[in-house]
Amino acid sequence: MAMSAEAIEDLIRAALPDSAVTITDLAGDGDHYSAHVVSSAFAGKPRVAQHKMVYEALGGRMGGELHALQLTTAVPT
Amino acid sequence: MSETDARIGEIVNSNDVVLFMKGTPLFPQCGFSSKVVAILDHLGVAYESVDVLQDQEIRTGIKTYSDWPTIPQLYLKGEFIGGSDIMMEMFEEGELQQMVADANIPKAI
Repeated sequence: MAMSAEAIEDLIRAALPDSAVTITDLAGDGDHYSAHVVSSAFAGKPRVAQHKMVYEALGGRMGGELHALQLTTAVPT
Repeated sequence: MSETDARIGEIVNSNDVVLFMKGTPLFPQCGFSSKVVAILDHLGVAYESVDVLQDQEIRTGIKTYSDWPTIPQLYLKGEFIGGSDIMMEMFEEGELQQMVADANIPKAI
């Protein structure tokens, strides 16, 4: 079951309202995405914690419904 | 702590570097696992790999153990380091190389 890029972005922005989210459909198949998420909420947190915040926003879909999401996170500069 | 948690704890604490992956380093069964094998090979460190496809309990249990939803997962000295995205980023930034050097991990033979 694939997800749309918009649905992914909406979930992330709902949990991290200040975030800038860039989603790329890597294979054009609606199933392999990369996401770059920039949020001040990541400040001072290690990468694992930052990624966990995004996975939490996706509400358990990561690794299931959403099987391939390459994630990078950053704090706004 | 469940029996599976205890098994995973035993594995990650008795090896300096452990990679939980789909398939084996020689025959990875997933693009993300293949990518992290390439990184570890490039670093040239000795590591233990666990093929989660051969063990359903570990395949499910490792996700709860680290509270991390995906495989592959890398552990260094018992500590969860990250999955393929984080490993790639740390590798590109030189952080992974530094971490391995600081931990005195033996080179692969």
